[in-house]
Amino acid sequence: MPLVNGGKIADDSFAKLAVDTPLPESGDILVPAERFLGDAEGLLKRAGKVGVIWPNNRDIDELVPYLGKVAAVALVFPTFRDGRAYSQARLLRERYNYRGELRATGQILRDQFVFMLRAGFDSFEVKKQADAEAFMQTAKRYSVFYQPTGDGRITALHRRMQLRHSEGVGT
Amino acid sequence: MYAYDEIDRTLVNERVSEFRDQVKRRLSGELTEDEFKILRLQNGVYLQLHAYMFRVAIPYGTLATNQLRALAHVARKYDRGYGHFTTRQNIQFNWIKLAELPDALEDLAQVGIHAMQTSGNNMRNVTSDQWAGVAPGEIEDPRIWSELIRQHTTLHPEFSFLPRKFKIAITASDHDRAAIKIHDIGLRLIKNEKGETGFEVLVGGGLGRTPFIAKTIKHFVHGRDILSYIEAILRVYNQYGRRDNIYKARIKILVHELGIEKFAREVEDEWQHIRNSSLQIDDEVIEDIRSRFTYPAYEKLPHMPDELRQAAADPEFEAWRKNSVAPHKVQGYSIVTISLKPTGGPPGDATAEQMDALADLADKYSFGEIRVGHEQNLALPHVAKRDLPALWKALDKLGLATPNVNLITDIIACPGLDYCSLANARSIPIAQELTRRFANHELANLIGRLHINISGCINACGHHHVGHIGILGVEKNGEEVYQITIGGRADENAALGTLIGPGVKFDEVADVVEDIVEAYLALRERPEELFMDTVKRLGVEPFKERVYATR
Ligand code: HEM
Ligand code: SF4
Repeated sequence: MPLVNGGKIADDSFAKLAVDTPLPESGDILVPAERFLGDAEGLLKRAGKVGVIWPNNRDIDELVPYLGKVAAVALVFPTFRDGRAYSQARLLRERYNYRGELRATGQILRDQFVFMLRAGFDSFEVKKQADAEAFMQTAKRYSVFYQPTGDGRITALHRRMQLRHSEGVGT
Repeated sequence: MYAYDEIDRTLVNERVSEFRDQVKRRLSGELTEDEFKILRLQNGVYLQLHAYMFRVAIPYGTLATNQLRALAHVARKYDRGYGHFTTRQNIQFNWIKLAELPDALEDLAQVGIHAMQTSGNNMRNVTSDQWAGVAPGEIEDPRIWSELIRQHTTLHPEFSFLPRKFKIAITASDHDRAAIKIHDIGLRLIKNEKGETGFEVLVGGGLGRTPFIAKTIKHFVHGRDILSYIEAILRVYNQYGRRDNIYKARIKILVHELGIEKFAREVEDEWQHIRNSSLQIDDEVIEDIRSRFTYPAYEKLPHMPDELRQAAADPEFEAWRKNSVAPHKVQGYSIVTISLKPTGGPPGDATAEQMDALADLADKYSFGEIRVGHEQNLALPHVAKRDLPALWKALDKLGLATPNVNLITDIIACPGLDYCSLANARSIPIAQELTRRFANHELANLIGRLHINISGCINACGHHHVGHIGILGVEKNGEEVYQITIGGRADENAALGTLIGPGVKFDEVADVVEDIVEAYLALRERPEELFMDTVKRLGVEPFKERVYATR
């Protein structure tokens, strides 16, 4: 699966481990939540970055104490229909101020990029090469947003107020 | 009327261009049907028995005449010349070609109409009172809030993939015409003791397989906090709503399983985190939305004009006026309901010609505005009383003056087996037969207010649970069988109907309804006692006896 990071197709520096894959000597690793929680101190001590794959039905509160130390959080979309990770993403960014890499994994199509960017994701394991290539174009698809989220974009409601005030200045 | 500005229009156009690309990718095979399905559903496109069905949003049921003409255009150019108004203030077209859908959407976008979120597991088209802004005694025009919520819920980045569909309805009158108690969130606009505007918030209503009447989760949420409160409810639902079983995924099940107190605590917790965020709406924003609703320049008119006095001599006019014309908040004006339930016709259907002609009438007599109600009827919201006789004549020519609003032939029915791939039984032919049986206006009038609701399967699109008489089609040994309930209602005293006994065959349904009606006429204490009141007083037993004694 191609990875889009920072708007471009990029190499993935993280090796994805299962619960029982032997730990590599060095390099960046992405580990499942239960493995991470089982030995967080140990994993964080080794050389290389540590990221965690967080399932969409596990309370994000358990991850909060480690947010300053993990380099990446990968949230999961088991199907396109299952949108729980959107809420998790917003909580991580907006409530817990998580600033590291926030990765969307699972069934990811170009049609979800705008929603995901707005919810705070900045990296994407995309299902299809063509969708990954279309990232920049697709991400710019919308210029109007009705809701405030942590991405800081101005909402339609507030843009109208701005327009109104700027019109008011000259009159 | 609410006027879209450049910002709203830009969003609608961006959505159309995205959907054009999605259809192109589907047609080229780049998208599988499974992938495309959720994308098309988010744009109101279902794959039905015969063809694609296309559902277009009419937010809070308000249409301008150019918009109604655009719907007529779509019916004519892309469909078979008619459309079907639904219980959710939408219109459906049954015969559209996939390849032409982007063009149809583009044509609608020209007049600020779209199909966003008319299906799929997201926040659906916000519905409201079809008399909003003109009903005497309402707290204020609920469409200001409906529009605010419409905007907030459109393409919401967190809640576009919920466990199930999610419906919000708003009322601002004591008499609830928006059926808020059978919605996922029902909002009742109220004022607190300080005179501030806010909402009683209800949650967890819904019909379908497991019907529930919504419960009050909070007695007063200030208007400025309503978006954050809705967001809190949705966030709790998105995280904890069941996804293992689509029949149990609605918020009503979560509320039921947790209990309203526990659910309310979860929501309260979440809300405390976000209520003072950028979701708080300041007065300026509300005023801005309010300023984009324009109201007619009403004239000062007499309460009882000569034209109306004269027309009262015509019994046919009077028959229509009595059930189609309702009081307006401005003296000298009325609200006119237009029945889409002609004798022998499918409830809710309108032809392209009727839509165009109605648009002309609305321009002439109703300041260019039309409303769609959940009973599958239309309304002209601002008709000067002096124009009523002329309007009636014009409607009659169009076949739109059937004098049956709120009477027994004002039936709500889903499409059933005639169009719907989920159906177990026919609905439309049952409705048609009942409109013929009770075509006699004297009889219908004698019976008084009585709502029949028909669904062709357990999904309850025809709201059968809340019909005064509810008819549900089920399948038994390869045969269509109909279960009959009585005593349901969808208004401020919403209640679910009670089953009166074993299901009956297709051919027997109209007879059974006649039996129920006869029983009621014999049992009522006085002519003013409505069917619902008799059922409430006596329960189902006497009706059951009457129906099954001879079967
Ligand atoms: C012909 C295509 C249609 C399909 C495939 C369809 C599908 C469904 C399904 C699957 C449900 C059940 C959802 C649930 O509550 O769990 C449902 C409910 C509903 N549908 Fe439809 N429907 C169709 C047409 C209509 C029409 C024509 C109307 C209005 C006349 C309508 C209005 C509703 C309403 C009001 C509900 C009740 C849901 C509730 O509040 O619990 N639908 N529909
Ligand atoms: S109630 Fe059933 S048959 Fe009727 S429209 Fe809904 S899904 Fe189809």
